[in-house]
Amino acid sequence: MTVTEDRPARREIGNARKRKEDQRLITGRTKWTDNIQLTGMLHLAMVRSPFAHAKITHIDTSEAKAATNVVTVITGADVAEEQGGLPTAWAITTDQKTPVHPSIAVDRVAFAGEIVAVVVARSAAEARDAAELVDVDYEELPAVLDLKEAATDSALTHPDLGTNKSAFWQFDSANAGTGSAVDEAIAEARESGVVIEREYRQQRLIPAFMEPRSFVADPTGEQLTLWSSTQIPHIVRFFLAVVLGIPESKIRVIAPDVGGGFGGKLQFTPEEIITVLAARRTGKPCKYTETRSESLMSGHHGRDQWQKLTLAAKSDGTVTGLKVDLMADLGAYAGVVGGGVPILGAFMFNAIYKFPAYQFNCTNYYTNKTWVDAYRGAGRPEATFAIERMMTELADELGVDQLEIREKNWIKHEEFPFTSVCGLEYDSGNYEEATAKAKEMFGYDELLAEQRRRRESKDPVQLGIGVSTFTEMCGLAPSRVLGSLNYGAGGWEHAAVRMLPTGKVEVVTGVSPHGQGHETAWSQIIADRLGVPFEDVEVLHGDTQISHKGMDTYGSRSLVVGGEAVVKAADKVIEKARPIAAHLLEASVDDLEFKEGRFGVKGTDKGMGIAEVALASFTAHNLPDGVEPGLDSDATFDPSTFSFPHGTHLCAVEIDTETGGVKMRKYVAVDDVGNIVNPLIVAGQVHGGLVQGIAQALWEEAVYDDAGTLVSASFVDYLVPTAADTISFDTDHTTSPATSNSLGTKGVGEAGAIASTPAVVNAVVDALRPFGVKDVRMPCTPERIWKAIHDRGAGGDEPTENAAMPHFDEADVADRTDGASA
Amino acid sequence: MIPAQFEYVAPTTVEEALTALAEGGEDAKVLAGGQSLLPVLRMRLNVPSVVVDLGRIDSLRGVRDDGDAIVVGAMTTHSDVFHDPLVREHAAVLTEAIEQLADPQVRHRGTFGGALAHADPAGDLGAPVLALGATFTIAGQGGTRTVEADDFFEDLFTTAVQEGELLTEIRIPKYTGWGGHYEKFVRVAHQWPIVAVAAAVKVDGGTITEARVGLTNMGSTPLRARSVEQALAGQPATDEAVRAAAASAAEGTNPPSDLNGDADYRRHLATVLTRRAVLAAAGA
Repeated sequence: MTVTEDRPARREIGNARKRKEDQRLITGRTKWTDNIQLTGMLHLAMVRSPFAHAKITHIDTSEAKAATNVVTVITGADVAEEQGGLPTAWAITTDQKTPVHPSIAVDRVAFAGEIVAVVVARSAAEARDAAELVDVDYEELPAVLDLKEAATDSALTHPDLGTNKSAFWQFDSANAGTGSAVDEAIAEARESGVVIEREYRQQRLIPAFMEPRSFVADPTGEQLTLWSSTQIPHIVRFFLAVVLGIPESKIRVIAPDVGGGFGGKLQFTPEEIITVLAARRTGKPCKYTETRSESLMSGHHGRDQWQKLTLAAKSDGTVTGLKVDLMADLGAYAGVVGGGVPILGAFMFNAIYKFPAYQFNCTNYYTNKTWVDAYRGAGRPEATFAIERMMTELADELGVDQLEIREKNWIKHEEFPFTSVCGLEYDSGNYEEATAKAKEMFGYDELLAEQRRRRESKDPVQLGIGVSTFTEMCGLAPSRVLGSLNYGAGGWEHAAVRMLPTGKVEVVTGVSPHGQGHETAWSQIIADRLGVPFEDVEVLHGDTQISHKGMDTYGSRSLVVGGEAVVKAADKVIEKARPIAAHLLEASVDDLEFKEGRFGVKGTDKGMGIAEVALASFTAHNLPDGVEPGLDSDATFDPSTFSFPHGTHLCAVEIDTETGGVKMRKYVAVDDVGNIVNPLIVAGQVHGGLVQGIAQALWEEAVYDDAGTLVSASFVDYLVPTAADTISFDTDHTTSPATSNSLGTKGVGEAGAIASTPAVVNAVVDALRPFGVKDVRMPCTPERIWKAIHDRGAGGDEPTENAAMPHFDEADVADRTDGASA
Repeated sequence: MIPAQFEYVAPTTVEEALTALAEGGEDAKVLAGGQSLLPVLRMRLNVPSVVVDLGRIDSLRGVRDDGDAIVVGAMTTHSDVFHDPLVREHAAVLTEAIEQLADPQVRHRGTFGGALAHADPAGDLGAPVLALGATFTIAGQGGTRTVEADDFFEDLFTTAVQEGELLTEIRIPKYTGWGGHYEKFVRVAHQWPIVAVAAAVKVDGGTITEARVGLTNMGSTPLRARSVEQALAGQPATDEAVRAAAASAAEGTNPPSDLNGDADYRRHLATVLTRRAVLAAAGA
């Protein structure tokens, strides 16, 4: 038998490995929070307000308390002293108005779905049954349900605040010294150039993660343990300590496997506090798992902005300035990121372009609707949508190609590093290469020719071509920058590498995966760095007793920030091992080289593997003087700047002008996310992100009726797409490594969701240009498109009734007692 | 989500089921495939005292040939009806409709009779069954009776099946050699139709000799587009002729307005989809 010995060492980074975590996640044979069963555990059911805004005049819990196996019923009044208020980490201005946010409403509810009482019972079914018996009297108050009406203060979301306005935040390039004055640029363009003015609506979305939120609190033992289906176990631990006054050292938070988040689990929630309060009051472990309806109604929503935009350009298409006026709906309360979400987009409206003047104005308002916070992209999709729609409108106004107008204004490859009009330094990028590649894959010129043919023949099926040349800022975040923005925490990340005596490696990471594949990617990084087999690496996360510090997972930060911490910790392990290896090899430290997991003495065949050093370090029988046993190391990485992924996305849609139906024809995404650790994971992130962004363009919207009830309160009416609704995407990459971390990675978690929405809407509008249509409001429903074509509402008005389909509508099904049921 | 408590019985014969329903009175609910009932129970929109599960009554399953008609047992799953060669041969529009019904999970659990008895106005089976002039067999304590399709659907979620009765089988005349098509308009695949049109068409030498057209979600019940049917008879199977006939598709309808579209938009859709359904059924 011949064994080929001279095969090249296989690098793990860049290898499209199937994910380690897939088998347990896909089959569900793992620990989700709701799987956890503890001895004597009690179950919670919430009583929620059906009213958007109301005084609580009376709560009668007597019947519920008397129900079978009910242990207690807790109202806001019962815990008013101890429950504190839910925190926001980001007051965007020092004078921001922030309402008190009790976990259980005490005397007033501010949105439909707010918790007014909690039933604690021996089983979940008994808790649910008893919740129906809690009798709450409300006195309805005028509700604020429309963002523009909120601005008039004609009714107040929180009467005590005296206004619905939370805060006003501005960035002005002239004031910041990073550019010129935008009003002058606009005035000049009105004289001798082009001014494009538009108002766009970012509809309200629901994160719609797969696993509903679930919490288990165990008060027995010295430490209180909270299992939470959260993205942010470390931040939850900190907030629990602050809000409830429990010493942080007495709290352990565990995020076991978590079934998705998309920002929706980047929150410290009433339900978490309530589960802990119930556990402390009863002295028993308590569990709460929300229903899907509760998830859609009370988990925080995303987006919800009005965007007023003024773009000034010379008549040759050179943009001279951009002015942005945002109204952002925070819903009833300011969440953890809350008012800061629009600010995360503040520096991205200028995107990949060299605008000399820029001004961003944002006013946040409260309304009596579900609170709004981070959702995949958080601020950046909104910004990207606005500017990419505007650049296409500019091209249309000037009668030039959509890509041409962009190229005229974008940062040239040779101009990197480039300091933007917001003062951010873009380290790397190649918009020309990404665009050229995308055009070729797309068949751009052929599709344009087909579009011309269809237009000329008045084909009932029209073709639209949409463009989005996006960038985003990732790797949240340099702590100093967060400090300058008045954010309440830093943006560093922590990692530890533990060498076990058997040669296995444990990597402890401060980020908290909920589907991303960190276990696989981190294993690949360590396998390359320490020269150990991929299979020998175990990645530990999400338990504050194991991963004792971290900033968790959101904002495409895990690899860019957390991955770099892993690299630094691994390098420290090597440096700790080096003197021990030198001692055992009887060589000078300087004569050792570490390669592919082995310390070798230069010029000899002498050497030893890192596992051997780990064992020697463990036994400690023969260590150099003054060297401590153990190779374990930890490191913290605080990025000096953001990373800037970019890409060119091209989308072709066919519009059936008879029905308004949209059919996607082709979608090409060429993304530059820097160096890629695992192409399969990156592909998954891109595909998933695309679908989510396309869903904003075409399908999803959280709609309320005039009473403030969420109409799209089930998946019957909140249309989350499936694989059947999308096409096979053509994806590829260019590679401009980030210079801000040694791996050269930029982050990919949000790219698809950020880039795709404007590409699709641009395509829809492009198809409708022959009908004089300049905009269709999202989601671009067939009805809106059809009405835009036939000039009945121009696609921008609200043409639809705020009514759900009747399948699960209470009024329609309440008395269905006749006949069989399907 | 957890339903309120209910009694559960699983009879093995129709007679036992009828007895259980009689004992349960007006608070009894019938469980067929459960695809609509279970969500309603879980949301506590309905709180029955007893649920009578028909899942163990074998006599209610299957499709059989009965001379000039095919007979579908009420508890036959959508998937089984879809794969049935008799249905495909003699009632092609049904096969087409079921192919697009909800998603594979629903098609494997949901039942033909359950969906019809549930009578969701956006359900996919009502329009084709109505268009084909099916006859419904309903069993009660006093014996069985039959109801014609025109009289079966009474209102939103309401049929001729009375309290204490069971829909046992659906008899569909054979339309051998007819073309059938179900044209369904949705925003996402798993959605209930915004509007859909079922068309069965007999074409002889390029002429439509007879047509049957049913509309989904154009009112509180499935509707027959009789004026379209009449206009089509004797017309050539051409785009022009069918377009003219389909223009009256929304006549007499009262479609709903909801997040997916208002009534006017639905009326417009009905004409477009009717034209497409008829042309496809005619193989034109």
